[in-house]
Amino acid sequence: MIREVAIVGVGWSPFRSITPDLSYKEMMYEAAVRAYEDAGIDPRRDVDSFVTVAEDFNEGTSIFDEYVPDQLGALHRPVQTITGDGIHGIAAAVMQILTGQFDVVVVEAHSKASNVLTLPHILAYAMDPVFNRPLAAHPYFIAGMEMRRYLAETGTPLEACAQVVVKNRANALRNPLAGYGADLTIDDVLASEPIAEPLTRLACADHADGAVVMVLASGETARALTDRPIWVRGIGWANDTFWLESRPWGQARYAYLAGQMAYSTAGIKSPRTEIDFAEIDDTFAYKELQHLEALGLCKPGEAGAWTLEGGTELEGEFPVNPSGGSLGEGHLLDCTGLARVLEVVLQLRGEAGPRQIEDAEVGLAFAWRGVPTTSGAAVILSN
Amino acid sequence: MKEHVYETVYLREKDFQEGRVLFETWDPNARYAWDAGIAIGRFLQELKAGRLVGTRCANCGRVMVPPRMFCEHCFVPIDEFVPLEDTGTVITFSLCYVTWDMVRIEEPQIPAVIGIDGASPGMGIMHLLGEVDPKAVKIGMRVAAVWKPPEEREGAITDILYFKPL
Repeated sequence: MIREVAIVGVGWSPFRSITPDLSYKEMMYEAAVRAYEDAGIDPRRDVDSFVTVAEDFNEGTSIFDEYVPDQLGALHRPVQTITGDGIHGIAAAVMQILTGQFDVVVVEAHSKASNVLTLPHILAYAMDPVFNRPLAAHPYFIAGMEMRRYLAETGTPLEACAQVVVKNRANALRNPLAGYGADLTIDDVLASEPIAEPLTRLACADHADGAVVMVLASGETARALTDRPIWVRGIGWANDTFWLESRPWGQARYAYLAGQMAYSTAGIKSPRTEIDFAEIDDTFAYKELQHLEALGLCKPGEAGAWTLEGGTELEGEFPVNPSGGSLGEGHLLDCTGLARVLEVVLQLRGEAGPRQIEDAEVGLAFAWRGVPTTSGAAVILSN
Repeated sequence: MKEHVYETVYLREKDFQEGRVLFETWDPNARYAWDAGIAIGRFLQELKAGRLVGTRCANCGRVMVPPRMFCEHCFVPIDEFVPLEDTGTVITFSLCYVTWDMVRIEEPQIPAVIGIDGASPGMGIMHLLGEVDPKAVKIGMRVAAVWKPPEEREGAITDILYFKPL
């Protein structure tokens, strides 16, 4: 990159299935206060620009931009609200800093999924209104179809997908932020009710409320603010076609492309050896395996066996989703990617407590926008 | 040029009625229940009791209504609630001759921001004016809340029916 960029502050409001005590504004405020305290900055004086990632349909408010500034300390300041995943927000902040016009940029995303009473209907509204929506099937069928094709193309056993759930929800037990820690077995996952075969209920991430705020700064400013900046080494994002009728159902091409863009920015040739751990979208259990392969962290078709052998466990050779991922923390709508990035930052700082990975130096975060999208974003961080 | 000029056919109501123009319709099922949180939750509870309440920023001293748990100017937390009067002054208003869904009406609705007595200057409640001749409404007019009967209040901004001249 033409200019150094680092994450110098992180904050959160914990991830829980319901949060009736706080409004979304109070949740954002809590996360923002933590992040500014962590970065040692005053948002009213030290921040040049703010980026929020939010989707009007998830908020229940048209033109949600209007409701963003106050609780972030962004009143009377440059603010933009974009749709996408939280990592797209990181990308927007990085680009602003790369222009040379901004030194400190704040990124925020949140989920109040529990406030959306008709969440499945909102999700269904993402389907193409002419070709797909009239069929009136729950959009999770897309995950079921993709999972079937992925398993068929790679020969991955169902048990490997179930093991992802077992691993991630066990990791979440060591993460006080996570809302869905659990001690499960492969049989528990396989025996849970079918949602869209071969997808079972426990192989789908439940939703959670929560907020994450991050402070990014240019190299010089970052060094002045903190002695432990977490550097953004590479970032990338990509989409595949929206057509359900003609997708590469077995592979996540968007993840491959987003990963390649991030690797090339970071100068990474061999991701498996140059990266120490990853936080990777696991909205559905098989997605973690499919994304691992697309991101070149193992060979196509090997993610399942690798997972069953324990290679991606917390104590394994390449820990994946030490936070618990979306399966263990809860799916945070537009904030999902920032939850992935948050864990990478905590691990690289050595602040991950009982789930700390030893000698973590380079980490990857990858987010997917969920069904029916083929929208992915990746970021590589180092300490 | 001439080879680029085509005869055109206008779409008529009949074309739609007879199904010659195809389209998809869909009614969204979008329902939400927002957690009111600490500040607004308290505000709504007080409305149910027939009272207005604000919060005071310990840093800048502003008394804010509707209440909030942080000051958007100072970016500091707030935990002091302050009782307010249910009277105030019209800061600005409009005479609105269409309903929210654009139906024309003869007697205008009069939305107004009312600076509430006890709150800092410029801090008010967005509501409607009633029991007033539209032509008589002025900036600076003194008004008071007209409340629903206690048994009909439900903890909503509509627990105040409207503000009327003092």
